[in-house]
Amino acid sequence: MRTSTTDNAQFQPASDQSLLVHFGQQITIDAHQRVRKLLRLLEQEPIAGVRNLNPAYCSILISFNALQLDHGTLEEILRGYLDRLDAMQIPEGRELQIPVCYGAEFGPDLNEIASLHGMTPDKIIELHASVTYIVYFLGFVPGFAYLGELPEALATPRLDSPRRTTPPGSVGIAGNQTGVYPFATPGGWRLIGRTPIAMFRPDRKAMSFLSIGDRVRFTPISAARFAAMENA
Amino acid sequence: MSTIQVHASGLQTTVQDLGRNGFGPVGVSPSGAADPISLRLGNQLVANAESAPALEMMLLGGTFAFPEAAILALTGSDFGAMLDDVRLEVGTSVEVRPGQRLRLGPTSSGAHCYLCVHGGIAVKPFLESASTHILSGLGGFEGRALRKGDVVRIGSTTEPFRKRAIAPHALEHLSRRNVLRVTPGPQADWFSESSLRSFYAGTYRVGEQSNRMGLRLEGAVVTQRGAGQMITEGVSLGAIQVPAGGSPIILFVDQQTTGGYPKIANVISTDLHRVGQLRPRDEIRFELVTFDAARSLFIEQEKLLASRELIRE
Repeated sequence: MRTSTTDNAQFQPASDQSLLVHFGQQITIDAHQRVRKLLRLLEQEPIAGVRNLNPAYCSILISFNALQLDHGTLEEILRGYLDRLDAMQIPEGRELQIPVCYGAEFGPDLNEIASLHGMTPDKIIELHASVTYIVYFLGFVPGFAYLGELPEALATPRLDSPRRTTPPGSVGIAGNQTGVYPFATPGGWRLIGRTPIAMFRPDRKAMSFLSIGDRVRFTPISAARFAAMENA
Repeated sequence: MSTIQVHASGLQTTVQDLGRNGFGPVGVSPSGAADPISLRLGNQLVANAESAPALEMMLLGGTFAFPEAAILALTGSDFGAMLDDVRLEVGTSVEVRPGQRLRLGPTSSGAHCYLCVHGGIAVKPFLESASTHILSGLGGFEGRALRKGDVVRIGSTTEPFRKRAIAPHALEHLSRRNVLRVTPGPQADWFSESSLRSFYAGTYRVGEQSNRMGLRLEGAVVTQRGAGQMITEGVSLGAIQVPAGGSPIILFVDQQTTGGYPKIANVISTDLHRVGQLRPRDEIRFELVTFDAARSLFIEQEKLLASRELIRE
């Protein structure tokens, strides 16, 4: 398979009309910053023929129209973009709070996670709400933010068989990631709580509540507060 | 404004155009017609821009009443359409008189049939497209499949009726095939030699759980060489991912935008419309081609689609 490298970036065709740009194969803040910088540059100075960008932890998938571009030409253009990354400034992410009602019907997997780790449910909540997470990227479905990293003591494997549906706003954990389901979708992450915040709303100017690079903290709220916020 | 009244919805009838591209950074998948070539041809038959929104029907069509005159064409698979008591073939334009009723049944060929109307289906665009993404309830007609009783608006019409038909040679070129051509996936070398051999030698059956998000395949199980840990990355249309169980899934138009399973191969762009016509229980095989070959095939197909001889008057 064709794979080529430039300045820590690797190029790899993913399909006949898409190219993956990788910044290593590890989830690091450095790779995340490079993803953000390249994404920003590609949004500010779009390449003719590029159709879509799918950023992730340490890669961007670039889809293009094969009538206008080919892998080799796109790679050449991207090398020029990559040379400019170091000099690029990107704004600090926003600091945002996500209120969460943990446990009970809001987080049906909380007790099981607690027993898996030999901790009390309250300790799990305390740990989950104790750190600031980074929005590494949005993916899967509209507005779903991949947040990292969970405190190491909380790392938990996915469910053996995914749920057919998860209530919108459900807060899940999987491996060392956490995230909020914006829609009632199938999902294999273990659910510990729910937020009354709408993570994606097409009638809002910023449709997605979270953006790549944002910093997020979860704050525990009561069921009464959840109901009040949901009805607000 | 002219309308279409939905008397029966069919199994899953949605508004689709050529999809919304460019919103990957917020996790929005392109959606759009499962068989975009049928949509483009249908729109040409009714003098629309080829990206105009139409109704996409899946496996079982609906029944629609036209209170006003309309110009329409059916493309894609044959759902045994009757306009009042006259059989309506796919691939030709037809003039509908006020009060006529179009009734479609179960498919006799592939998975999707398109009802294209001159003027296009008028819905409020979401992120520049009329396409429906059912999972998130966004786009299309109220973000959902049509139901009995819905009234769908038709965009403004400008052209007089002209009888048009798709040229037979074009239909043949774009017909159903059970061999899908693929290029190697980004993690193709994660799979063992014997798994790769059986993937390309074997026959796969399209599973019942398949939909616009993905087609689940039943057949030879493919296994990874080692226990490599994937880091979630962007997934392209037609990517064939292999979850832990070893049964491949072709990611399709309503797909998740990123995924954490290794991808063994990717259906070439030229054959994606054929994926859109696969039904549950269809049997398919995969044939490996180079990226250069895939590109040439795509350019050739686009030339055909742009040619004047495609539509006959």
